[in-house]
Amino acid sequence: MTDYDLIIRPKRHAFDINFKEIWQYRDLLRMFVKRDIITVYKQTILGPIWFIVQPILTTLIYIVVFGRIAQISTDGTPQILFYLAGITIWNYFAESFNTTAKTFTENANIFGKVYFPRLIMPLSKVTSGLVKFGIQFTFFMVVYLYYIFTGNAAVNPNWTIALLPIYILLMATFGLGTGIIFTSLTTKYRDLVFLLSFGVQLLMYASPVIYPVSTIPEGTMRNILLLNPFTPILEGFKYAFLGAGHFNWMSLGYSALVAAVLLVMGIVIFHKTERNFIDTV
Amino acid sequence: MSKTVIKIENLSKIYRLGEVGTGTLSHDLNRWVRMNILGQDDPYAKIGQVNDRTKKAEKGELVAALRDINLEVKEGEVLGIIGKNGAGKSTLLKLLSRVTSPTTGDIKVKGRLASLLEVGTGFHPEMTGRENIYMNGTIMGMRKWEIDRKLDEIVEFAGVAKYLDTPTKRYSSGMTVRLGFAIAAHLEPEILVVDEVLAVGDAEFQKKAIGKMQDVSQNHGRTVLFVSHNMGAVKNLCTKGIIMTNGQITQINSVETIITEYLKANYSSNKCNQLKRIPLVFNFLKIKKNNIETESVFFNQPCEIILSLKAIKKTVETDIIIQIINEEGIKISSINTAEEGFGKIIINSTTNLHISTEKLNLYAGEYTINLFIVTDFGNELIESVKRFNVLSTPINNSGYTYSKKHGYFRLFNTLTIR
Repeated sequence: MTDYDLIIRPKRHAFDINFKEIWQYRDLLRMFVKRDIITVYKQTILGPIWFIVQPILTTLIYIVVFGRIAQISTDGTPQILFYLAGITIWNYFAESFNTTAKTFTENANIFGKVYFPRLIMPLSKVTSGLVKFGIQFTFFMVVYLYYIFTGNAAVNPNWTIALLPIYILLMATFGLGTGIIFTSLTTKYRDLVFLLSFGVQLLMYASPVIYPVSTIPEGTMRNILLLNPFTPILEGFKYAFLGAGHFNWMSLGYSALVAAVLLVMGIVIFHKTERNFIDTV
Repeated sequence: MSKTVIKIENLSKIYRLGEVGTGTLSHDLNRWVRMNILGQDDPYAKIGQVNDRTKKAEKGELVAALRDINLEVKEGEVLGIIGKNGAGKSTLLKLLSRVTSPTTGDIKVKGRLASLLEVGTGFHPEMTGRENIYMNGTIMGMRKWEIDRKLDEIVEFAGVAKYLDTPTKRYSSGMTVRLGFAIAAHLEPEILVVDEVLAVGDAEFQKKAIGKMQDVSQNHGRTVLFVSHNMGAVKNLCTKGIIMTNGQITQINSVETIITEYLKANYSSNKCNQLKRIPLVFNFLKIKKNNIETESVFFNQPCEIILSLKAIKKTVETDIIIQIINEEGIKISSINTAEEGFGKIIINSTTNLHISTEKLNLYAGEYTINLFIVTDFGNELIESVKRFNVLSTPINNSGYTYSKKHGYFRLFNTLTIR
C-alpha cells in the first residue's frame, strides 16, 4: 500500500485544522495584504490621507454632539484626544470585523476555483487593517505629541503604554473571531448581512468609546458595561496615553479570555463551513 | 509497474436542488439532530437517484452529481475526461481540487496536485503583470522564491516582457490568458488537473498550451487529468480516456476508442423527431454516394446529402443551415439557404433539401452534421444529427494521400506546373 500525501474525505474532525499548511502559505498572505494596499491607493489623488479624513470628521462631530450638546464628561482630558483615541482603537476592530465578515461572500469566485487554506483570507484582512490602523494611529500620535509638548496638565501617560501591542492584538483577535463566525453564518442565512452594518455601530455605543466608564453611575448599568469584553481594552488604551480611565490585570485577562474563546469558536465554525460553502453560496 | 498516484473510491457528491436555505430551517434542524446527535444517515438523501437532467427537479430534491466513482490513475498517465454538459466532469474536478468536499467516499493523492479550473485566478486589474504573477502563483500554492526563480521563464512563455510593469487592466484579453496559463504551466506539480481553460485564446496559443502540457507529461513523467469538449485536443494530448454519463464513469479505455464511442453515443441519442421549439419534424438526413446510402464517403469523389423536414404548422421566414463539424468540434463549413439565394423559405408540408458536390474536398476523418433552423417560432440547433467518415483516396493515382496533418480541406482543386 502506497502512502498518500493527501486524502480527501467527506468528514473531518472539528479540530483537525492544518496550521502547518497555513504557515506554508504565508507568502500568499503577504500577497493578499500587498494587493489590498496597492488597490486602495491606485487612482486616488489623496491616497492614504483618506484614512485620516474619516477620524478627523468623526472626532469633530463627536465634539459637537457628545461634548458640547450632550456634555458628556471626558474625565478632564482634552476632548479631541479622548475621542480620537477611542475612534482609532475602535476602528481597528470595526475594520477587521467588517472585512473578515465578508470573507465568503466576496471571495466566492476565487474560492470556487482554487484551493488554499481559507483562513489565509481573513488573516490577510486583519493584517492589512493594521496598515490603516498604523496611519490613523500615527495621526493620533501627532495630535497627542502636540498636547504633550504644549504642556497640557490633563494628559498623563504612564508605563501601561507598553501594553499597546496587547491591546492591538486583542482588537485583531476580536475582529477576526467575530468576523469569521459571522461570515460562516452568512453563507447560509443571508439576512444576517443586514445586521452587519448597524451591529458594529450599536456595539460601539455599548462600549466606552465616546464616554468613560466613570460617567456611568455605580450599579447594574456599570456592571453590565464591565462585562463587555471591549471595556478593558478601550479604558486601558485611554489610561495608557491620557491617564484617564481604569486599568487592572483581572479585567484585561477576562477580555483576553473572551477573545480567545471567540477565536477558537470562529476557527472551528469557519473550518466546518469552508468545506462545502461553495455549494450553498 | 508504475505507481498509482490518484485513487478514488466510492466517491459521491450530492446536491440539493431547488432553493437552498429558504423555508428549510426546520429541515436543517431535523437533519442536523439526526445526523450529528443520533448518528443516523441523512434522512433527506436519496443516494440511489441518477442525475437525469431531462426530468424536472422537485423542490428540495437531492441529486447525485457524482455517484460511486472508482478510478485509479497511474503515474505519467494523461487521462482525458469527456462527457456531455452535466455529466459530472466539473464536479469531479472540483472535488479533486478541494474546492468542495465529497458527500461519501474518498480520494487519495500522492504528490503535489495543482488544478487549473481557471487561468489567472486572483488577478487584479489594478496590479501590474509582475505583481499578478506573484499573486496568482502564491494562490496556486507556490512559494515566493519559486516564483523568483521562474519569473523570466514565465514572462518569456507568455510573451509579455514589454508590459511586465503595466497594470493588467491595460492588457488585451489574450495577453491576460497567456500570462495566466504561463504561471500555471510553470507550477511543476506532480499532478496537473486541467479544465477547459484552453477554450480561450487564439489558435497559436492553444497549440502552445497543448505543446506545453505534452512536454510536461511526456518528458517529465507528470500525470495530467484533462477535461475538454475539444476531441482533437483530447486525442492529441491523452493516452487514456474515460466517458462520464449522469454522474458515473461509463467507460475507461484508450483515448481513440473512447472518442469513437462518445461520438457514436452522442449521435444515436439524437435521432430526432419532433423538434422542441419549432413545429417541425425532422424526418431524416441521408448521405449518399452514387445514390446509395452510406456513412463513409471518399475524398475527391461525389457526395450528396439529403435533408427531409415536415411541417406540423406552417413556418414562414425559415432559414435552414447545415453545419459540418470535425473531430475537434470545430465548425468547418456550413451551407445556408438564405446565403444560397433562396431567401426566407416557407415550410408547409414535407420539404427536402439536396446538397451535393462532384468532388468532396474534406480531408479524411470523422465528421458530424448539425442542423440550425431559424423560423418565426424561434431558433433551434439540433446537434449531431448524422455522423460520417471521409476516407482518403490518392489523387491521380499518385500513391500519396492527404490526411488531417495537411489541414482541414483542399481549398484549390487544380495544380499545374509549367
